[in-house]
Amino acid sequence: MARNYETIIGLEVHCELKTDSKIYCSCKNEFGAEVNSKCCPICTGMPGTLPTLNEKVVEYAVKMGLALGCTINLVSKQDRKNYFYPDLPKAYQISQFDIPLCEHGHLDVMLDDEGTQKRIGVTRIHIEEDAGKLIHDESFSGTLVDFNRCGVPLIEIVSEPDMRSSAEAHAYLETLRSVLLYLGISDGKMQEGSIRCDVNVSVRPEGQTAFGTRCEMKNVNSFSGAVRAIEYESKRQIEVLEAGGVIEQETRRWDDMAGKSFPLRSKEDAHDYRYFPEPDLGTIVLTEEYVEGLRASLPELPNARTLRYMREEGLPRFDANLLTENPDKGDLFEACRALGAPAKAAANWILGDVSRILNERYLTLADCKLTAGKLTEMITAIDKGEISNTAGKTIIEDVMFSDHTVSEVIDREGLRQISDSGALETLVDGVIAANEKSVADYKGGKTNALGYLVGQCMKASKGKGNPALLREILQKRLDG
Amino acid sequence: MRLYEMTACEMAEKLASKEIGAVELCEDIFARIDETEEAVASFITLDREGAMAAAHAADARRMAGETLHPLAGVPVGIKDNICTDGLRTTCASRMLENFVPPYDATAVSRLKKAGAVIPGKLNMDEFAMGSSCETSYFKKSRNPHDLSRVPGGSSGGSATAVASGQLPLSLGSDTGGSVRLPASYCGIVGLKPTYGAVSRYGLVAFASSLDQIGQFGRTVDDVALLFDAVCGPDRLDATSRSFDKPGRDIEGSVKGMTIGVPAEYFAAGIQPEVEAALRQAIAGLEAEGASVRPISLPSTEYGIAAYYVISSAEASSNLARFDGVRYGYRAKEYANLVDMYERSRSEGFGAEVKRRIMLGTFVLSSGYYDAYYGRAKLMQQRMTAEFKEAFESCDLIVTPTSPTTAFKLGEKIDDPVTMYLNDVCTVCVNIAGLPALSIPCGRDQNGMPVGMQLIGPKFSEKRLFEAAKCHERRMGGALPIPAICGKEGK
Repeated sequence: MARNYETIIGLEVHCELKTDSKIYCSCKNEFGAEVNSKCCPICTGMPGTLPTLNEKVVEYAVKMGLALGCTINLVSKQDRKNYFYPDLPKAYQISQFDIPLCEHGHLDVMLDDEGTQKRIGVTRIHIEEDAGKLIHDESFSGTLVDFNRCGVPLIEIVSEPDMRSSAEAHAYLETLRSVLLYLGISDGKMQEGSIRCDVNVSVRPEGQTAFGTRCEMKNVNSFSGAVRAIEYESKRQIEVLEAGGVIEQETRRWDDMAGKSFPLRSKEDAHDYRYFPEPDLGTIVLTEEYVEGLRASLPELPNARTLRYMREEGLPRFDANLLTENPDKGDLFEACRALGAPAKAAANWILGDVSRILNERYLTLADCKLTAGKLTEMITAIDKGEISNTAGKTIIEDVMFSDHTVSEVIDREGLRQISDSGALETLVDGVIAANEKSVADYKGGKTNALGYLVGQCMKASKGKGNPALLREILQKRLDG
Repeated sequence: MRLYEMTACEMAEKLASKEIGAVELCEDIFARIDETEEAVASFITLDREGAMAAAHAADARRMAGETLHPLAGVPVGIKDNICTDGLRTTCASRMLENFVPPYDATAVSRLKKAGAVIPGKLNMDEFAMGSSCETSYFKKSRNPHDLSRVPGGSSGGSATAVASGQLPLSLGSDTGGSVRLPASYCGIVGLKPTYGAVSRYGLVAFASSLDQIGQFGRTVDDVALLFDAVCGPDRLDATSRSFDKPGRDIEGSVKGMTIGVPAEYFAAGIQPEVEAALRQAIAGLEAEGASVRPISLPSTEYGIAAYYVISSAEASSNLARFDGVRYGYRAKEYANLVDMYERSRSEGFGAEVKRRIMLGTFVLSSGYYDAYYGRAKLMQQRMTAEFKEAFESCDLIVTPTSPTTAFKLGEKIDDPVTMYLNDVCTVCVNIAGLPALSIPCGRDQNGMPVGMQLIGPKFSEKRLFEAAKCHERRMGGALPIPAICGKEGK
């Protein structure tokens, strides 16, 4: 490659809000219901029906705006975006065009283990309604429409073209998702389409100040898909330029299965959405008091929490990041700390076995019965040598899905360690007698034979011997 | 005297005193419809069964000793762009020929709750686009005063039904004059309420920022009765407002009122008999104790242009939902999705509707928005300010409802621009969101009624009723129901 290129990335993220009802009618906002069971004459745009704004949507959007440091427009308006498509029953989407609820914000994303942050500009956040879903199925001819998603509230978060790598874009998306979860305004489930993004990519030779021509990629449905789409598109554009070509401004469709993007429409074919103010809805007018009230209600946000875990709890960035990704993990961690569990052990258990067990079952902490009390009791028992670390793995799997206490499981499974030195000494003597060769090896200088002997002692104790004590007694006997 | 000849208030009174029954009244109404419908063609759909059931219910409740709303048992017709649960609502379009809504408009549900009887759905210009009732896909309604003339539009059927005695009351809709113009042409009273006074929920939208459901009756008291029953805020319409309802106790006094007469509404093009009738009516109001002063509304001349830009822009968006996908007309044969859209809309809509959709699509297009829609909205601000200023020096404004009386069927239908000029006196009221009422004030040499328009500040319906009732008294009451001779008229 003759020149080095810089990739410029901007993201438009659509996020479904988890309000009880839809944005413009009183239908339940629920995912996964029977086809066309969560819709009414209003959200299906029947003649004569009118929208009325769900104020909870404004509240959630303003919260997001405040979390991202936006200016909140006390007066904003809603507009119609006109286009024909079978999943859009009114043939227009109610959105916000020139005066969105929130503008001029930013999101700080962490790029390395030292906690170095990069500030990504947020151009605007506006509210709008989601469209329905087309269903193509081979069991019938033609296409059917499910209107359940019509009128599900969305916020669109538009970033500045401030990202320079797919890794930065990925960090931005992960952080954005965490903020949504912390605010409790979205379930953040990518697989259910709660978060979707359009990716804008351009490249320019290093040192050039003007941006290159950008292409927008639609249909990016996962964060890893966004990374792949950016890398593909950046490479494609560089190849075009290197071959002496010109980048055409266009919209492309990302096909994640194929790992490629395909042209969807050129600039000339771009839709004219004929935006105009929605006459059925008044302007949205907020008071300073309302906005300040929401500002005061904001929780600690993930970035601040991550930094706190790194600085005050001494956790490495990787652990701190994982713990703060979802509010529930961080909350559990802090509750364990409050009960006296050491930071490192609590973090290891939550990010290790607990997360593994949940991931295997596609569950979250909210779906299981693990409490800070149970986890701390177990960690303390290990610390005191009452049970082994291995026993802990058995216990955790039980108490996560039962009402048993930790000590009940220890007793039932007979997991309490033997720490009585008299009993352990007898056991060690037996092992020494039965393993003459290893004893000889050890005495001959092969110190790693000790590990084998400790293992034999553990085996003889059926796993209940306190390994540290066993090692101590063994060493004393052999060296003595 | 037949029952149908009574005013709505008289019917209400006699029903309440059990002097007559709702069933009896309903039967006479249908008898009158049967006598006259072939001549005037007011209805798109009749619902004898539903109406008789409602009449029986009203009678049964009264017999059980319940005190009911005055409208209980009174027949009220509904313009066919106002949704009625289970009763076909076509907007006089092929597009919605078989559309049966699963919900009532708020105005309709309020009438039903009051116990009113709904005999059927009334003819109109297709999607309320027209000034003559000639763009209906189904039929052309005829003016009961001269069957060779138009009733005015778009709520033509609502006006002919009331004027011909088929119904005492009806609901219409008024986007640029669609209640007042036919009221004027048919010699009855028609109210276009303040924007936000009556819920638009269930009114199939033409131009959302201008549309209002209006009321027709033969007398001012009748219109006040109907308005009282349907107005008031509605949680289903974000543009509806709460206000002091005028009630039904109208004294009919203009004492101390100042009436403004804008020169621009008496300009060239006005039919001399219309001007004469107006001048006489204004003098009458003065004689009743009002003071009259000339005023100026200089932006009036831009009214038609601003109106057709704003209303067509909104219509192009509002009517986009009629795409053949979920309900309504779908072309029989099509090659693909876009072809299905194009054919369904080309075949389902009439010429006038298509003209306005194209106009509206154009004025909202990228690059043209500021020149057309943007400027029209600026003009809207200026007109609103002019009215506001005018109402600082007067309580009411009086103008003709139309520069002319009713014209012949077919006379203007091929000349859209001439047709649009019928609305020159009415559109500015919608643009400014004001209430206005049309009331008969004489006849031309052919015996065709002349209409006077009273315009007030927002939510001054009570004041309009007072002045109108004063005028009505001076005129000796409502115009009599005309004799309707044969199918083709005089």
